Amino acid sequence: MLGLAADRLRADMNRLLSFLFHQGILDEQFLQLQQLQDETSPNFVSEVVNIYFHESEKLLRNLRTLLMDREFSDYNKMGIHLNQFMGSSSSIGAKRIRNVCLAFRAASDQNNRAGCLSALEVLEHEYCFLKNKLHELFQIQQQRVLAAGVRYPMQH
Amino acid sequence: MEVAGEVLASESQLHVLAVDDSHVDRKVIEKLLKISSCKVTTVESGARALQFLGLDEEKGSLGFNGLKVNLIMTDYSMPGMTGYELLKKIKRSSAFREIPVVIMSSENILTRIDSCLEEGAEEFLVKPVKLSDVKRVMNDCIMRGETEGNKRRRVDKRKFEDDNHASSSSSSSIPSSPSSPLPSSPSTAATSSPLHSLKRAKLRDHN
Repeated sequence: MLGLAADRLRADMNRLLSFLFHQGILDEQFLQLQQLQDETSPNFVSEVVNIYFHESEKLLRNLRTLLMDREFSDYNKMGIHLNQFMGSSSSIGAKRIRNVCLAFRAASDQNNRAGCLSALEVLEHEYCFLKNKLHELFQIQQQRVLAAGVRYPMQH
Repeated sequence: MEVAGEVLASESQLHVLAVDDSHVDRKVIEKLLKISSCKVTTVESGARALQFLGLDEEKGSLGFNGLKVNLIMTDYSMPGMTGYELLKKIKRSSAFREIPVVIMSSENILTRIDSCLEEGAEEFLVKPVKLSDVKRVMNDCIMRGETEGNKRRRVDKRKFEDDNHASSSSSSSIPSSPSSPLPSSPSTAATSSPLHSLKRAKLRDHN
């Protein structure tokens, strides 16, 4: 019974990861992070991702505040937040988010406020989606750890 | 002999100072460096980096901060002092100009890369930084350590000869060819400490 649960969890995890890679939501940098996870830092990926969520939400808030200001004109300042968001997204392998940031930056370079607002909405949506999927992934991984804990020691 | 070398090697890891305003990137680079057997200190700005080194402009040079830094890896785009400005300050300081500096940047801009290399950066890494990038930097750093070590030994040896022979011939310049091929590096160069590699080089020199 326990063996089946562990197998099903592993299948779920692989299916989710496949989906995320196939859809271009994540790229090989995420795999690199997984490879860095080891016995000395068994929660490395989720720790990095949680820092990313924390940083991202701040940056997204800043971007929205800037753009919602009727007298907004500081594209420079917006560019700084955008570059930070783009950098950290690329560092965790959040490929799709990074690509939306590129489009956002293009609009910003042209001082195209409407284009920026539009890009920001897409960004917020993509960020929400990624956050949900990664939470799902971490939940499955946690359940796997628990399932493995109840195994008989001799089995794989 | 090898055993003694191994014991010493574990006590002398490379100490890397990593500078990045992004918390995510600091966490990742720290892990990459620890996996590559380095001691790591991360700071969030150029100003903090200078403070750590003891090169705080406001307080004047306070000297070394205990733990010697063997390598500095810094992000390029940071608020306040950029990585480029930090690089310049380090290369223009007599105390720290010998420390190799590696620049990391998410932008692959040729003029940016050129100006960093011109100011004396060892390497320019494009983000996201991977384990293979870090291992390569470590290799280059250790090789450089070997070259510097050999240079220093030649200088000391020559000085000793000059003092003892009281020769009238002027001492010729020490061959300093950073691009000269080194003796084949040990296959474990990526993970061995500089001290360990220096010991190997020394053994080869005497053969």
